[in-house]
Amino acid sequence: MNHAQKASAFIRDEVRTDWHNQAVWHLRQKRDLGAGSVPEWEELRNLASAIKFHALSNLDDYLVQFEANARANGVQVHWAATAEDHNRIVYGILAEHGVKKMVKSKSMLTEDCHLNPYLEIRGIEVIDTDLGERIIQMRHEPPSHIVAPAIHIRKEEVGELFHKELGTEAGASDPKYLTEAARGHLRGHFLTSAAALTGVNFALADTGGVVVCTNEGNADMGVHLHGLQIHCMGIEKIIPRAADLGVFVRMLARSATGQPATIFTSHYQKPKPGGAMHIVIVDNGRTEHLGRADFRNSMKCIRCGACMNTCPIYRRSGGYSYGHTVPGPIGSILTPGIDMKKHSDLPFASTLCGSCSDVCPVKIDIHEQLYKWRQVIAEAGHLPASKRWSMRVAGKVLSRSGWYDFFGKLARRALRRMPRFLVYNRLNPWGRSRELPEPPKESFKEWYKRQKPAP
Amino acid sequence: MSREQILARIRQNKPAAPPLPALPDFFREETDPVSAFIRAVEQGGGKTLPYSELEAWLAAEHPAAKMIASTAPGFQGNVDLNGIQNPADLNEVDVAVITTSLGIAESGAVWVTEADCVHRVLPFITQHLAVVLDKNLIVQNTQMAYKRADVAATGFGVFIAGPSKTADIEQSLVVGAQGARSYTVFFR
Repeated sequence: MNHAQKASAFIRDEVRTDWHNQAVWHLRQKRDLGAGSVPEWEELRNLASAIKFHALSNLDDYLVQFEANARANGVQVHWAATAEDHNRIVYGILAEHGVKKMVKSKSMLTEDCHLNPYLEIRGIEVIDTDLGERIIQMRHEPPSHIVAPAIHIRKEEVGELFHKELGTEAGASDPKYLTEAARGHLRGHFLTSAAALTGVNFALADTGGVVVCTNEGNADMGVHLHGLQIHCMGIEKIIPRAADLGVFVRMLARSATGQPATIFTSHYQKPKPGGAMHIVIVDNGRTEHLGRADFRNSMKCIRCGACMNTCPIYRRSGGYSYGHTVPGPIGSILTPGIDMKKHSDLPFASTLCGSCSDVCPVKIDIHEQLYKWRQVIAEAGHLPASKRWSMRVAGKVLSRSGWYDFFGKLARRALRRMPRFLVYNRLNPWGRSRELPEPPKESFKEWYKRQKPAP
Repeated sequence: MSREQILARIRQNKPAAPPLPALPDFFREETDPVSAFIRAVEQGGGKTLPYSELEAWLAAEHPAAKMIASTAPGFQGNVDLNGIQNPADLNEVDVAVITTSLGIAESGAVWVTEADCVHRVLPFITQHLAVVLDKNLIVQNTQMAYKRADVAATGFGVFIAGPSKTADIEQSLVVGAQGARSYTVFFR
């Protein structure tokens, strides 16, 4: 199924669609309040964009600098060219320490690499500890949003799930009660795990440290309780200076949920006394994306989710309709880079309204990149036949004045006379949920010719 | 091998380098850091009190607290933090009182280093978190805080801006997710 088909399945339940739309829009509204509270917001966006572009332009040097500083801090640094390399490295570290259970805090990268199943079939239990992540892990689902992974699930469904999995009262759906139950459940896992793995929000070239932002405190509950900590990061997480955090931290949470900062902004610099700290630097298609001049800007992304929250398509089609880890507008740029043929539908899952680009804290020209992808996909021959032929015909007609006049006249007449079933049928998907306007009697050109020249 | 491969591909594919911009600190004279800090703490679900009220607060809010861990000078808890070997033994801590050396007005956050808490997990694993902060050590915004806090000088450091919270179930805000259930800043 392509995006449009999955989206039409999603919107079949109208009440749920409205609810999802509201839940996601609520985040956008909070983002507006957060952004509006900072007078220098636009200056921060320019700075963030410039710092990220500078970092991408010197990524090799900064990675080498980061690695040297991390090593000097007593951190072991690993490089993974592919998802398979990444999983093998993480498993190797865990196996070396004899780990049987690991707690994990939110990481889209490990989701992308399918780390959990890789470890599970090798006998290591993985517990996701972000509440939303834990909910979807129990439901055996992927996240549907990068910041709020369970935003598509109703509290009644969480209540049922927790009743089954955690023994909460049947029918209980109060979020406070359910969160308390999860707290007790997760405490048990924090205390009995032997290792913790986190994603990385920012990696600091000048200090060799990594920064992780959470609201729940789950990353830290895991990392500090045991000897072994592992942090997995994409190469693009590098920022040159610790001082740059001032710019990014001020915008990340405000863009995501409207908060002035996440509750916890944790800076992991050195292993704890007697402990081990590993950082895995992952490529997995990122260097290739860096080479795509038209799309490399998308690597500035700090994963705030603002573009999803504002997107009229995402809000009414849900995260799963995108078919990959990062959904929404930014995902529709990143995912075709992984497999253009398979995901050629995603850049079309947009109205190109530009709202995503307006809210992006690092000023990625998201809607322009989506438009650009459409052209690349068309040139590569990956358009569906219906689009390919209609575009070809439209191209012919619109580039010839005589044809245009003729077909315009024909259409105005035909639309007035044809029975409804000839206009609104399977060949006209546009008309499935829309009415055409009343056809005018004449074209603008004809009307203009009739006008007398001004005296 | 991955390392060389990744670095070579970056060298081949990276764009031309624009300069790294200088960082302004966006200082605004009209903002009073202390009142802004109090506002931010309250908005984030926390509370501020004078340090002189710490004992009274403990008696009133946490009369049943069995384990109180403190790193604040002049206030002794009943947990010997230096004597604890396994940080998991801190799971029963009811209240942790931690001294900090930097606050941020715009977010109500304080900077906590591993030296401030003896065990890195203490401010997270405790049921309730109290921090002690000198009012004069509050800066206006996060940019200024990063100029003040040397993140490389500590093995672990964290900005804490409130009680642990989540909105992962239907966007309903619930305080007390995995970490501390409350956040109280005591000014001295």
